[in-house]
Amino acid sequence: MITLTVNGTQHDIDLEPDTPLLWALRDAVGLTGTKFGCGIAQCGACTVHINGRAMRSCSVPIGTLAGASIVTIEGLSPDAQHPVQQAWLAEDVPQCGYCQSGQIMATVSFLKQYPNPTDAEIDAGITNICRCGTYERLRRAIHRAADLMKA
Amino acid sequence: MNAHLTRRHFILTATSAAGGLMIGIGAAPAIAEAATVVAQPWNEDNAYAANEIDAWIAIDPDDSILIRYPRSEMGQGSMTALPMIVTEELHCDWSKVRVEYASANRNVRKNNLYSPMRSAGSRTVRGTQKKMQQVGASGRERLIAAAAARWNVPASECTAALSVVTHGPSGQTLRYGELAADAAKIKLAAEPAIKTPDQFTFIGKPMPRIDVARKIDGSAKFGIDAQLPDMVFAAINACPVAGGKLKNVDESVLAGAPGVLQVVRLDNAVAVVAAGSYWRAKQALARLQPEWDVGAAGSVDSDQLSQAFHAALSEPMVTARNDGDVDQAMSGTAKTFEAVYETPYLSHSPMEPMNATVHLQPDRLDVWVGTQAADEATEAAAKAAGLEPEQVYLHNCFVGGGFGRRDASDEIIQAIAIAKVVQKPVKLVWTREEDTRQDKFRPHAVVGFKAVAGSDGLPAAWSMRVVTSSIIASTGGKPPAKGPEPQAVAGLADNGYNVPNTRVEALIKNTHLPVWYWRAPGQNQHVFALESFLDEIASASGLDPYQVRRKLLEGKPDWLKVLDTAADKGDWGKPLPRGTARGIAICKDDDSLCAQVAEVTVRPSGEVKVNRVTIALDTRYMVNPLTIAEQAEGSVIFGLTAALYGKIAIKGGVPVQGNFDTYRMVRLAEAPKIDVHLVPSGGKVWGGAGEAALPPIAGAVANAIFAATGKRIRTLPIIDNDLSYSAV
Repeated sequence: MITLTVNGTQHDIDLEPDTPLLWALRDAVGLTGTKFGCGIAQCGACTVHINGRAMRSCSVPIGTLAGASIVTIEGLSPDAQHPVQQAWLAEDVPQCGYCQSGQIMATVSFLKQYPNPTDAEIDAGITNICRCGTYERLRRAIHRAADLMKA
Repeated sequence: MNAHLTRRHFILTATSAAGGLMIGIGAAPAIAEAATVVAQPWNEDNAYAANEIDAWIAIDPDDSILIRYPRSEMGQGSMTALPMIVTEELHCDWSKVRVEYASANRNVRKNNLYSPMRSAGSRTVRGTQKKMQQVGASGRERLIAAAAARWNVPASECTAALSVVTHGPSGQTLRYGELAADAAKIKLAAEPAIKTPDQFTFIGKPMPRIDVARKIDGSAKFGIDAQLPDMVFAAINACPVAGGKLKNVDESVLAGAPGVLQVVRLDNAVAVVAAGSYWRAKQALARLQPEWDVGAAGSVDSDQLSQAFHAALSEPMVTARNDGDVDQAMSGTAKTFEAVYETPYLSHSPMEPMNATVHLQPDRLDVWVGTQAADEATEAAAKAAGLEPEQVYLHNCFVGGGFGRRDASDEIIQAIAIAKVVQKPVKLVWTREEDTRQDKFRPHAVVGFKAVAGSDGLPAAWSMRVVTSSIIASTGGKPPAKGPEPQAVAGLADNGYNVPNTRVEALIKNTHLPVWYWRAPGQNQHVFALESFLDEIASASGLDPYQVRRKLLEGKPDWLKVLDTAADKGDWGKPLPRGTARGIAICKDDDSLCAQVAEVTVRPSGEVKVNRVTIALDTRYMVNPLTIAEQAEGSVIFGLTAALYGKIAIKGGVPVQGNFDTYRMVRLAEAPKIDVHLVPSGGKVWGGAGEAALPPIAGAVANAIFAATGKRIRTLPIIDNDLSYSAV
């Protein structure tokens, strides 16, 4: 049994220690906002925050996470009012929406490091795949979120 | 369990800003009013049934209005557009509109009232527009009639606006919520006339999508998110050589594997079922070493297929179009152009891997899935389960990318086969590798061109010969009695150029690989070939590629409008530094027109960067310009991934690429700046929005690369071409 702290709540997980966090979140905790896209840390659909840092949860075994603080899209804000979520809404970013939890979690972490990002920094820092191709609006939303966080 | 499942529903509550004013202004929108999305499958004890005025609309006492959406939402925005059309006629308050998927089960029981439920071919809006208007108009007139009866006044003295009916002479008002029960009982003597486009006041406004709010907080439910009591998880590995069979699998290696319940053998696949987590099933599956009976297809390689397709160019073909006399026009002319273009197999690769969750009981089947065709999937599921379609409850979910892949129901049929064995609710999820390799692919195609130019340098005659595979044969459909199937020649036979002698022919050459509709079928590969070949002629004739197209489209104002708009807004002709150039391309797709200008930089090393894409798109009419623009932007990225990187190679009959490390996608750093210019021209036919902006991008980029480097790309993907050049 491994105890995970997810969005401030402790969960006892009856899965093997090599189980990736992604599957513990989705199948054991029951939080499905974190998505499976590739399983090899390529696409970023599974991005969550571990101790405040964006990580691809498909490649983090739960055995390494005792005592860690894990935040998923469901725990980002109580009412979808986080500036990044608000920027996403304002720019109408998602299409199919499947990758967007990961895009948002990656952006929240990125903006902590780069509060005034240039396009080049965004290019280097946000590497998640969006198959629908929402990049135009996504880029705008990242800049908008940066502005909102300053306001 | 039944009752539990019957009432089980995904609440997909979505919030929408109240109007288009939120778009493009500085402040973040306040979530002031809620337009919600619910997905509660209809059944007899449905809580909303009491407030229905018909199968499409329910109005609660608090005036909130539920509109049933009959097709699929996979990111294209139609779940917003169709209710907008109803709202236009219903004269209701958009801020109080909620949307749910129409029930595929009700559809079966009520004479297919929602069919066709398929979202494909960019037909969701244009294929339902009149019907949705009629639904809204009928509801409005019945609400007015109910109010008139209540007041005992003629209906002609009453008007409806913003969910309120007003009696003109007396000024009395009644809210829709107060009239719904009466309106439900009213039968109109005749269906009211629907508005003509010039009468629209709501259609045509850019509206934020109603599903976005649930796609920013993790609450949107996709098929893969289904969770049922006692549910088990399945991972599957179908024979990597399409058409092969499972011969044998030794499951003893899984002894003691945590959570593993069962190994399920299917005709062409092996699945592992585990309790507790999908990961357990996936890990155990990876340890199996199934033996396959792959047959002759097990020796097929890409090179061999390519050679066979090229060789077939000289075989007799079926004619799709034959204007003038190509042979005579070509005889004796000195200046002849010939080129062969080739485009590879591609997988759809939606971000949500294929999956289905089923609960099979003796007299009932529940399916949770994101499908592009809920009615056809219901039929397929019934057949697979050995039940009547009435006994199937298919709960359609948000679709995590479709692009044509999610209408075959193969994942549902597999899940049912597994459920028959394990006798428990089961969630089947494909790995990414399985999703890529078990795709039904965009066909591999070869196009052979021959042309002669007149003294003006323009093509006077051209012949286009295609070798490709049959999508219709893969679907099990019936090929057309006359001529090649439309997708085999799409983008060629329907090209808009005034070339007096034009011949388009095709030859179907099927391989062991199933091929399928892939966003903008046919056009997605043939427009690249034609637009590049035309560029070859322009270049050899010393003519400007934009002006060549202008001349060949003379007398076609709608084509010229998109072409001129793209050229103008895309700064055609303006100076650029060395190594950077523009390319242009145009197409017709789904009755829409699209032209694009791509600005591309090629470094001396051969590295390509697409800097900027300017799109002009004519969909004839627009319900929601915001989502049309979004579709155009997304189509360009989807097409750019295919153009730059996309290729499924075949080795030993097996698709080589599996995951995103080998099947590369365009990411943010490679995404160009995209400007969309919408230029609807009206007319009799509505155009589609989901695909038309995809076909031109590959040609526009390849033509820009030629302009920058002098290197002509005749084989996709671009990355397989050596584009290096001397910097001095």
